[in-house]
Amino acid sequence: MTRDVSRAVTPAAVRAAGWGWRHAGRRSWAIDGLDLGIEPGERVLLLGASGSGKSTLLHGLAGVLGGEEEGDVRGALLVGGRPAAAGSAALVLQDPDAQVVLARVGDDVAFGCENIGVPRDEIWPRVREALDAVGLDLPLDHPTSHLSGGQKQRLALAGALAMRPGLLLLDEPTANLDPAGVREVRDAVDRVTRETGATLVVVEHRVDAWLPVIDRVVVLGAAGGVVADGPPDAVLADRATELARDGVWLPGRRLLPDHDPRPAGAVLLDAAGLAVGRDPSAVVMGGLDLAVRAGNALCVTGPNGVGKSTLALTVAGLIPPVGGRLGASAPLARGADPAPHRWRSKQLLSRIGTVFQDPEHQFLTGRVRDELAVGPRAQKVPDAEIRQRVDDLLVRLRLDRLAEANPYTLSGGQKRRLSVATVLASRPDVLVLDEPTFGQDATTWAELVGLLGALRDEGHAIVAVTHDEQVVDALADERLDLAPLEVPA
Amino acid sequence: MSLLDARGGTTWVGRRNPVAKVAATVPLSLALLLTLDPVSAGTAIVLELLLFWAAGLGALVWSRRTAVVWIAGPLAGLSMVLYGRTGGTVYFEWGLIQVSQGSIEIGLSTAARVIAIALPAVVLFLTIDPTDFADGLSQTLRLPERFVLGALGALRLVGLFMDDWRALALARRARGVGDRWIVPRLVGQAFGLLVLSIRRGSKLATAMEARGFGAEIARSHAREVHFGGAEVVLIAIGAVVAAVCVVVAVASGSWNFILG
Repeated sequence: MTRDVSRAVTPAAVRAAGWGWRHAGRRSWAIDGLDLGIEPGERVLLLGASGSGKSTLLHGLAGVLGGEEEGDVRGALLVGGRPAAAGSAALVLQDPDAQVVLARVGDDVAFGCENIGVPRDEIWPRVREALDAVGLDLPLDHPTSHLSGGQKQRLALAGALAMRPGLLLLDEPTANLDPAGVREVRDAVDRVTRETGATLVVVEHRVDAWLPVIDRVVVLGAAGGVVADGPPDAVLADRATELARDGVWLPGRRLLPDHDPRPAGAVLLDAAGLAVGRDPSAVVMGGLDLAVRAGNALCVTGPNGVGKSTLALTVAGLIPPVGGRLGASAPLARGADPAPHRWRSKQLLSRIGTVFQDPEHQFLTGRVRDELAVGPRAQKVPDAEIRQRVDDLLVRLRLDRLAEANPYTLSGGQKRRLSVATVLASRPDVLVLDEPTFGQDATTWAELVGLLGALRDEGHAIVAVTHDEQVVDALADERLDLAPLEVPA
Repeated sequence: MSLLDARGGTTWVGRRNPVAKVAATVPLSLALLLTLDPVSAGTAIVLELLLFWAAGLGALVWSRRTAVVWIAGPLAGLSMVLYGRTGGTVYFEWGLIQVSQGSIEIGLSTAARVIAIALPAVVLFLTIDPTDFADGLSQTLRLPERFVLGALGALRLVGLFMDDWRALALARRARGVGDRWIVPRLVGQAFGLLVLSIRRGSKLATAMEARGFGAEIARSHAREVHFGGAEVVLIAIGAVVAAVCVVVAVASGSWNFILG
């Protein structure tokens, strides 16, 4: 397959002059007074604290902020010398599931070309080129629903490339991926931007993965506007303190000390020959032996699709095992059936708490304060004590100023803290967490992992499913790796 | 997504323009809605079974997804047998229930009509891939692309909604509210799904716009949609089936015009 994508791409310059944007109905500007110039073909990493308007800038450049009903704009924002509009740049977003539009791989890549009126004869060669460029070697009629997260992100990238944009915008494209997925996507971006010469702007907290790809770092300040700008090494060194405070992952910096495994605590849950699956006909993982111990943390690792989440749901007593045995010991069962999946919902509350991968799945009310009271109320805890517990947790997880807010309106890090707090409110002996650090910036990461370490030291048993090696280092007393890592060729 | 996968796509019928497949079912549906007799609907069922078998779609007629037709038809007929207008000999009476010669005839006609109308609709629809259908709607019928593609995108979210529904149920159990009565629990869960689906929908809309959807440029079409002789033949077959049913019903004297 010839890679002649380069011929057709004109790298685009970006210029912002006093540019600002305010969401309809908000008093403050999401970003304001931005002056920034990017030359054609530059590869820029955009950093800044959450709320500094990085995503807003990318959405503005891609022309997807919407019209006058959606918000107010001031100043100028130019792509290739023209005001930014839909189709002037290609944008790849964070959530792999939210970006697949059509059911077949080829049709999905062709979608963008159709939208900008590329003639049919030209579309299919472009689709094949784009799939080739991102290394997705799949038939055109392959179902998009069968792709992994990393493949979906590369598909979204291919869809963007087929439009032959002079400007490629990536909004946390690897935040939701496992390490293998991060490398897949990063390498594909590196290859295609080198070949096409397209201008690249990427927003990502995990800097180290992207350092080999970029040649300039721009840091946005909380008040809007550029606070640092220059070569990656210089900016990261000069601004290390501020960047760390803003939640940026600086290369080579350890956020928490490694954890020295503690003596084995009392067994609360143990499994022998355990097989797990969403239903009995679909066993995803079998023959597992494990013990969950008080005051210890068990980290479950392994590649995507190996059954880590299903194992977490099973250990948490939410779905029945499909084979083998999973039993609660007497100190945990406290008179209830030894099989956790047979417990009533209320019995589960004080014994095993689960933090789901997507916090939005577990929110039940319209107020942070009410959300924290759901569990204790179901346990018939007296009102005065509920109030005490809720107030303590609000302070401990820095949610006190958000007590009256709607959980859905919180930021990603705040939602994650709230989902952990809701579980702690019921004081379970065992905490099961599915990818608790997914998509979190360094600040939230350190708070969260620090909190889990403290809970472990207080005597809680922690079971954490994770692909994050740093979580394992900082937390684990024991590690269960569900599949051996592949040796790179 | 398995819910939405097309079947029988390689057969002659399967390869026709989806718009023609839908159009082919219209004449028969209209004809059967105009009469209430067992002969026209019975003839239709016999012809449908023969034609689907000849077209290589026989397996779809008895598939799990068509089971609803075979269950709904007799159920609709049974309710007419029990509660339909009484006429002729009365065989059984209990409260409001009156089984008579007349109500049995109406019941049989109703069951046959439900099957005769629903069976081709369901079988043909099973052979339609949603993307191809959207292509047909936008290119053959020239419906506005914004709506057609918006609906197509929404359809893809159905698979995600099923995952969300499952996760919501498990989360409710984990949060201690899984022991509640089923009705309030499901209402709460449905509300949660609604909130999630609105958020998913708006994310998808942004992703579509990020790829130039809604730009002020005339869209092109990656897939060519044919509407030719074969499509006309398919619709003609549908019309002939309808005509045969009407002729047989009138000739046998059982035609029963509902407006007459």
